[in-house]
Amino acid sequence: MSALALRIAGIGAWSPRHGAWPQWRAALRGETADAIDAPRPPATVLPQAERRRAPSTVLLACEAAAQACAMSSLDAANLPCVFACKHGEVAISDDMFATLAADPRALSPTRFHNSVHNAPVGYWTLATQCHAASNALSAWRDTFAAALFEAAALAVADATPVLFAAYDAAASGPLANVMEANNTFALAFVLDPVSSGAGPHLRLRHVADVASASADALALLRVLARADFANAKSATLSFPAGDGRRLDIEVSA
Amino acid sequence: MPSRIPPLAITAFTATSALGRGRDAHLRALRERRGGLRANDFTETPLPCAIGRVDGIESVELPAHLRDLDSRNHRLAWLGLHADGFLDVARGAVARHGADRVALLAATSTSSIGATEAAYRALDDGRFPAALAQPELHTLHSLGLFLDRLVGARGPCMTVSTACSSSAKIFAQGERLIRLGLADAVILAGVDSLCGSVLFGFNALELVSPQACRPFDAQRDGISIGEAAGFALLERDGDARAPRLLGHGESSDAHHMSTPHPQGLGARLAIDAALARAGLGAHEVDYINLHGTATAKNDEVEAAVVADVFPATTRASSTKGFTGHTLGAAGILEAAIALLALDAQFVPGTLNTTTPDAACGPQLALGNEDRALRVALSNSFGFGGNNCVLVFGRGEA
Repeated sequence: MSALALRIAGIGAWSPRHGAWPQWRAALRGETADAIDAPRPPATVLPQAERRRAPSTVLLACEAAAQACAMSSLDAANLPCVFACKHGEVAISDDMFATLAADPRALSPTRFHNSVHNAPVGYWTLATQCHAASNALSAWRDTFAAALFEAAALAVADATPVLFAAYDAAASGPLANVMEANNTFALAFVLDPVSSGAGPHLRLRHVADVASASADALALLRVLARADFANAKSATLSFPAGDGRRLDIEVSA
Repeated sequence: MPSRIPPLAITAFTATSALGRGRDAHLRALRERRGGLRANDFTETPLPCAIGRVDGIESVELPAHLRDLDSRNHRLAWLGLHADGFLDVARGAVARHGADRVALLAATSTSSIGATEAAYRALDDGRFPAALAQPELHTLHSLGLFLDRLVGARGPCMTVSTACSSSAKIFAQGERLIRLGLADAVILAGVDSLCGSVLFGFNALELVSPQACRPFDAQRDGISIGEAAGFALLERDGDARAPRLLGHGESSDAHHMSTPHPQGLGARLAIDAALARAGLGAHEVDYINLHGTATAKNDEVEAAVVADVFPATTRASSTKGFTGHTLGAAGILEAAIALLALDAQFVPGTLNTTTPDAACGPQLALGNEDRALRVALSNSFGFGGNNCVLVFGRGEA
């Protein structure tokens, strides 16, 4: 299967322990000793009223996406977007299911609305006046690899930069227990379908084999933060991508 | 504007909805103008509305190796996969092309949410009962995982969930994978099932009609929710008689989360992009299967766009009066109806509608019409301003 070659034109990230990508990157490079405490992504791309009401996944996605767009210097209004979330908006869903079990007619329209999987990308396109294609994906434990592959395929097929965002919000409650929803993070890339220019560069290859595929989004961020390819020109990470498959991502400067 | 793409063959497709199981059942019901909507007999808490319920789901027994994923959505997927022998066709594609060359793209808005709702009704000290505690059942990708076990493809596999445009968008994704040489065949699946979340959720949004929906009627008062499973197989080549995917266009309204752009900007962008990829002009479109949900706003905006963009010779109808709005499955169900219309050379009318809204142009077909059709569009405009338009061409006779 042929490889998809792209340049990362912008990176955004958020975690409650590290805040935005510049701080997180410094921590991954060992330049700052201690993590900070940043419970709520600022997500200033959203209008203030939206920001106050928005559920966690919307704030996470919009914060990371806005960072990546700013670094790329590209206008978010023109970027097709591929958003991906493993668990969905678990906190809101938990509340919705509890209401449905107790008194279905009391279901809040806002809760229902915010539980929909493409709510974050919908809010993003509203905030940035983006009329390009927008998508919302899930592939359970392999969401990151599957959605990054789709974003890369879209960028190469349409010869356009694409905004990719992956995010999950920790939650509590019966559903969160089952889903193991205990990580809060967001990551975004602006992917430019070119193999030249300033890096980092990615080459993605889908492989029908699972041998030694255990990388995750954090592993990729670590490589990008350190940009240290140990005397080699590149580093290759293997991500699980569904039963009997993996996604190999070669990162180079 | 995007450039023209090579057409792809749709070598198999099938649909299961309130109209029945498989292509013949759909064609017959459409021809005979026999709708599938009935008074809501699904929710335990009364909710006066019409629903498009699929018969026989309750009596499906999944085989032992799938029983840990038992849900209404997967039982419906099981029924749908066996209509028109689609599961055998899909497995045949895997054998013919090699598992690594076949992608599996699932689309749903509900996934197995019905099982999650059941777990919350049966909480044991705040925890899911053991029979419903497997995480695979409660992820949106549940549908993809279920189908993956059955089909055995090893190309890319994921689930799209963009509400009412979900199962239209997988046609676009599949086309890109084949064009880039990342797959030789793509299995497309859209399955959405009735559940409390969508029935009471849309009811809370005050979008559900108390009676069977009346798309584009001046008196329309909301949607009827339905359930459906649709499947299609995309391949680079295929029998010349197989219909073709000619184009696709995706866009975002960037206007409001649950109300369409007043001038239909997103809809127009998606139509323009789809026609550009197909290399066709609006005057070459013979039939449009409209999104036509029967909400006041959707139909007003979509009617005005169609009246403005297409000539009077283009015929257009919404088939949601037959099936209800099947949400995440609507894109592929209505793609299947558009393909049936091309094959049978007839325009299915718009059921339950008597007086068209003043915004409607001469394109709207209320009754069935026998016509020569070569090119058909299918519109899907969803929540979050998420739009997708597909263009299909008739196979050689």
